[in-house]
Amino acid sequence: MQNDFFHMTGIVKRYQMGAELQTVLKGIDLTVREGEFLSVLGPSGSGKSTLMNIIGCLDTPTEGEYILRGRNIAKLDAKQLAAIRNQEIGFVFQSFQLLPRLDAIRNVELPLIYGGIPEKQRLARAEEALVRVGLKDKLNNRPNQLSGGQQQRVAIARALATNPSIVLADEPTGALDQTTGRQVMELFEEINREGRTIIMITHDLAIAQHAKRIVHILDGLLTEGEAQNAQEKA
Amino acid sequence: MLRKKLSLWKESMRMSLMNIWNSKMRSFLTVLGIVIGVTAIIALITIMQSATTEVTEEFTAMGTGRLVVNATGTPLKSGLTLDDLTNIAAIPDVEGISPTVSSTATVKSKAAWVEDVTIDGYNEVYFKRNQELVSRGRALSMLDVQSKNRVALLDATAQQQLFFGEDPMGQKVYILGDEFTIVGVLSEADNNDVLAQAQSSGTDGGRIIIPYTTAMTLTGTRNIASLSVYVTDTSVTDSVQSALENVLNAAFNYKDDSYRIINMESLLDTMDTMLSMMTMLLVGIASIALLVGGIGIMNMMLVTVSERTTEIGLRKALGAEPGQIQLQFLIESIILSLSGGVIGVILGLSVSYIFSVIANFGFVVSGSAIALGVGFSAAVGIVFGWAPARKASALNPIDALRSV
Repeated sequence: MQNDFFHMTGIVKRYQMGAELQTVLKGIDLTVREGEFLSVLGPSGSGKSTLMNIIGCLDTPTEGEYILRGRNIAKLDAKQLAAIRNQEIGFVFQSFQLLPRLDAIRNVELPLIYGGIPEKQRLARAEEALVRVGLKDKLNNRPNQLSGGQQQRVAIARALATNPSIVLADEPTGALDQTTGRQVMELFEEINREGRTIIMITHDLAIAQHAKRIVHILDGLLTEGEAQNAQEKA
Repeated sequence: MLRKKLSLWKESMRMSLMNIWNSKMRSFLTVLGIVIGVTAIIALITIMQSATTEVTEEFTAMGTGRLVVNATGTPLKSGLTLDDLTNIAAIPDVEGISPTVSSTATVKSKAAWVEDVTIDGYNEVYFKRNQELVSRGRALSMLDVQSKNRVALLDATAQQQLFFGEDPMGQKVYILGDEFTIVGVLSEADNNDVLAQAQSSGTDGGRIIIPYTTAMTLTGTRNIASLSVYVTDTSVTDSVQSALENVLNAAFNYKDDSYRIINMESLLDTMDTMLSMMTMLLVGIASIALLVGGIGIMNMMLVTVSERTTEIGLRKALGAEPGQIQLQFLIESIILSLSGGVIGVILGLSVSYIFSVIANFGFVVSGSAIALGVGFSAAVGIVFGWAPARKASALNPIDALRSV
């Protein structure tokens, strides 16, 4: 069961770039156990965004097998991928990606709409998620009435609202200053302690070290990193 | 499943309304084309329908269910004989016939002498058909006609000129030297009978009605040139008309141009056809405004889609299916277009109401025109919103999110 949770073997991704066929991912094997906090560390151009897209089911690999909770993602169509994204994955983006015209609770509610949950229940769950990230009194604030750290907390609440099996964070502190960045990382650690699986993509080693396990990605290949260090720290 | 869909519809509508509201000015300018188009269509249809109703009413007042025969006759036979009238009256579905013998004469009373008085000879059927005709006294009876009684009814003009306000009932008048007793006074309702007016010579000496048989004897007329044929029901007018043609052809030996039949219904049909063709033409022209409005909506939706690329990407990342994205943008364009349509309906009805007041027409709210306006604008929203919505749904979430 545990092995079936998240399992990638031989993932290859090729893009047609003009006349040239570029191989961005060159055969990635990765297994994540439930409850893990994993950092994927790599410089820009290493293929980490592509890897994140594939993990997040926004994209399908050219070759290889990606099993998430017993389903082979490579074989799903757009509609099924949308359902997987909705139910299994919570996204946290570098630039928060909140809708500016919606207040915090309506932003958090968004993925629940696509999950087909009735409005009353949606709002209750959205509120619960916002309380969880410490924004109890900011429910009706719009993004422009919130600080960067608060906005990212709203985004994290949104990722948690659907109760996903993985929270996938792409440079979650990239747009924040060091203090708020550290607070956001502490929040991630807390969430992880509650048993939620977190995969974080970053180019920043200091941030990556908040994770229990680090893998390096370089030039489309993955190497197991300073897991020891990270685990000690955790 | 249904509940999930309904909830999504509701959310899409809420989002759409919010987006439209947030760019009020732009939305308003966008729907202006639709507003103008729908206003024009509603106003045109409503005004034309009011006009049609008005014209129809006027024609009906002139007399439907009635065929008017003008028999000029042949050189040998200058009109219809009493035998011909009997044959015409015998046609199935003919309820009655009313011959007209019209002339002018000098009329004398004990007090006055009036020239150029219209003397119309009618029968009892004419009075039965024109109930409002007699304001005082009695109408002509069958007995009057059969026994060529010297009785007369006169209109207000003739009354004024012959009796100077004195009560004419029972008084005597002299027409071409013959003595007539006044038995009734005609009402003004007579004026509604446009055909009768056209047929009478229209002098201002007034009008006197006497039995047509008396009139024939009086003026020495042997043949009837003018005749109204009343049918039992408007649905049989056509069949009566062809039977009538047969009788008249036989009467005039199949001579060309010996008679003419005016059918009120066919006149009315022609008028209706003309009016509805005109309506269609005008609506066609107004539809161009709708087309232009639709292109405006498409343009705005395309701009909206490119402006909201990131939002679309985010929604997809959060689990929106392509179909759901498409639905949201389609709903937005339909709401936009439909709101233009609703404003257009209200404006169109106001315009046609003002018109009906000015033109003194009856104001008829046409349900079909409203349905057409609303339906048209919704259709415009779907047709012109389809491509932008499709474009939005086809956006790749990765590209869409990267465009930040």
